[in-house]
Amino acid sequence: MAHVETAVETLEDKLTQELGYDDHFHEHHHGDKYQSNFLTTYIFSTDHKIIGRQFLITGIFWAFMGAAMSIIFRLQLGFPEADMAWLKPILGKWIQINEAGIGKLDPEFYYSLVTMHGTILVFFVLTAGLSGTFSNILIPLQVGARDMASPLLNAFSYWFFFLAGVVLFLSLFLSTGPFSGGWTAYPPLSALPQASEGSGAGMTMWIVSMALFIVSALLGGINYITTILNLRTKGMTLWRMPLTIWAFFVTAILGVLSFPVLLSGVLLLMFDRSLGTSFYLSEIVVGGEVLQRIGGSPILYQHLFWFLGHPEVYIIILPSMGIVSEVLSVHARKPIFGYTAMVYSILAIGFLSFIVWAHHMFMSGVNPFISNFFVVFTLIIAVPSAVKVFNWIGTIYGSNFRFNAASLFSIGFVSMFISGGLTGIFLGNSALDIQLHDTYFVVAHFHIVMGIAAFFGMFAGIYHWFPKMFGRFMNETLGKIHFWGTLVGAYLIFWPMHYTGIAGVPRRYYDGGASFDAFRHFTDLNKLITVAAIFVFFLQVLFIVNFFYSIFSGKKSKSKNPWGANTLEWTTPIHAGHGNWPDRIPTVQRWPYDYGKGGVENIPQYIPLNEGEHDHGHEE
Amino acid sequence: MAAVAENYKQSRIHPHKLALWIAIASIIMMFGGFTSAYVVRRAAGNWLEFKLPFIFFINTAVILLSSLSLHLSYIGFKQGKERQYKGLLLLTFFLGLVFVVLQYKGWEELNAIGATFTVNPSSSFIYVISGLHAAHVLGGMAALTAALTHAFVLPYKPTQRRLNRFQLVAQYWHFVDILWVYLVLFFMLNGS
Repeated sequence: MAHVETAVETLEDKLTQELGYDDHFHEHHHGDKYQSNFLTTYIFSTDHKIIGRQFLITGIFWAFMGAAMSIIFRLQLGFPEADMAWLKPILGKWIQINEAGIGKLDPEFYYSLVTMHGTILVFFVLTAGLSGTFSNILIPLQVGARDMASPLLNAFSYWFFFLAGVVLFLSLFLSTGPFSGGWTAYPPLSALPQASEGSGAGMTMWIVSMALFIVSALLGGINYITTILNLRTKGMTLWRMPLTIWAFFVTAILGVLSFPVLLSGVLLLMFDRSLGTSFYLSEIVVGGEVLQRIGGSPILYQHLFWFLGHPEVYIIILPSMGIVSEVLSVHARKPIFGYTAMVYSILAIGFLSFIVWAHHMFMSGVNPFISNFFVVFTLIIAVPSAVKVFNWIGTIYGSNFRFNAASLFSIGFVSMFISGGLTGIFLGNSALDIQLHDTYFVVAHFHIVMGIAAFFGMFAGIYHWFPKMFGRFMNETLGKIHFWGTLVGAYLIFWPMHYTGIAGVPRRYYDGGASFDAFRHFTDLNKLITVAAIFVFFLQVLFIVNFFYSIFSGKKSKSKNPWGANTLEWTTPIHAGHGNWPDRIPTVQRWPYDYGKGGVENIPQYIPLNEGEHDHGHEE
Repeated sequence: MAAVAENYKQSRIHPHKLALWIAIASIIMMFGGFTSAYVVRRAAGNWLEFKLPFIFFINTAVILLSSLSLHLSYIGFKQGKERQYKGLLLLTFFLGLVFVVLQYKGWEELNAIGATFTVNPSSSFIYVISGLHAAHVLGGMAALTAALTHAFVLPYKPTQRRLNRFQLVAQYWHFVDILWVYLVLFFMLNGS
């Protein structure tokens, strides 16, 4: 085996020398000047590989924070009578000890926890942590570029994200608490500082954090698109790009076109809060005081918010779809099934995501006739989604599948995406929303389809590209325990919520609806959900331990291409410096999915086509 | 690593220019968001009607003129007419300054006729939208300052690199110009 590998790598070197694109990189020595000490190498780096890892580790920090918050409010929902005094050392005054000596979670803080959980997971973890990480690491490596189009702006993208995190983190320590009006920040709760405790300084910091985050997302997105369109190596036509790149590409376009609209909405909100305008406010009485704010409409905010908000869920899920397509194909040792259909369905999903936003507002007073259009477009999204699911299953079908943590999480993604996607078809109907809106059915739907599924894609990516990121492998046994436990646990958490939701249990209630006679019999189910959530939480801690342990002491990767993959990132040295390839950039001769072609296990992209050989990825 | 981008000359458009265009698309989406919000809000009634300040129309002429002078300056740069290049670049900057000052006068005029910032969303929108546009003009003036520094500090030399930089500034400036023309037309057609 070792002999074969050497032979392959010699062939690779030979081909890179003969066919590679010479940009005189070795004569410049860019990397060294900038990577001379610890600070410039690991902290203020402009190397996309370091920036990607910065996004990842910051994302892991925020994922831990967000998950820990969910455990606290799950304890409240599952065991409302329990004594929470033991949390007082962490939560301080947010735990109130009553006369009986029993510690209770402050109801106001419960709403802060839910709000922060949503904000953190949607923006900091599943946007920055997921697309920030993998777009950064994979785009230049897989398209064959030395770095991003503007490495400096790319570094700024991370640091704006970091600052956004600092501001939100500090808001956790305000005496009035962080913002508590829900991650969607609907006015009037978000527009009037006197509306609730968290609507004061907490909301101000939330807005500042969001504005910084939007800047980060825009800087990142502009860079990703430019790099993909402009810096591809010779031979890397659009139709030879791996599906990861297609997914990151469309994700970045969605971000660049939808985040500015959120910025518009948030700016108007700022003016309403601080300068006395009434874009979103009308005829409001707070605490007996009649406000002089006339003429605004809170629905306007919802339109602006969801015009971002809906593409945002695809910003979250598309990178995972791309990662899963790539990981499944590599470990199935088969070409991805229906590559062209995969690309068109990514494009279709991206397009449709801009014309369905009002399905988040069916119950907020949108004209029911207009709702019909949004129902139709929403249901049409099922078509490209189903195409993708079909193709993933087609890829696995009849393959000689390698079961490891990365590929298992990819299969898990498909399972979650089907389960959560099907309930999306329920919720896309405006008539069904009369019963289902704002119930646990919605909670179950979006957690499975864009929470768990996106996380599974992210895990698949981390296990798969860990050797590329750190030159070592993560522990496989722990990885498999992590997978099976999380799969079972996640279904145990969210499956029962469908039942409570259909029964009408409203989300966002401090006691989970237990004070209503109609919902009291769900108490035991709520306990089960909480126990499962705690179980899953500790499995993620296990993952984090595995992650950091493996960075320093994992099994070393001995080969440049440990999975036998075809894409260009595996042609770089195990520990690649800034600039990725020490000499010439390999050129691309074929599409990335030649697995098992003509009896050869895999044919990397830099190997020229034989005479008369047809390139599957190339449209004539 | 700025040199990284420069190494690729594969007959594609310059990466910085493409990045600028994407950024412009993103700015268009932001103003698209504002003007759509304006339309939606206006359709809901309770809408204060007033006339746009006449200064806004004068200003349209000012900013169009600034685009023209920047373009002529660019032509001067390419054709080696150093004086035309430098002088008109300075004039462009000056016209940008006039634009921002006149916008401020326009807001004062609006305020004077009772269309204040908070009286009704119809006037609030005018201030917010034109204010953000002015902020983008200021951004353009920052870019012009960089271009002026190049023009007056560096020796005159129309290299490809400097041509590219000039084009970046010019394209952005023409964009904020066209954006203002769109906004004025929008306000006129959606009668405030």
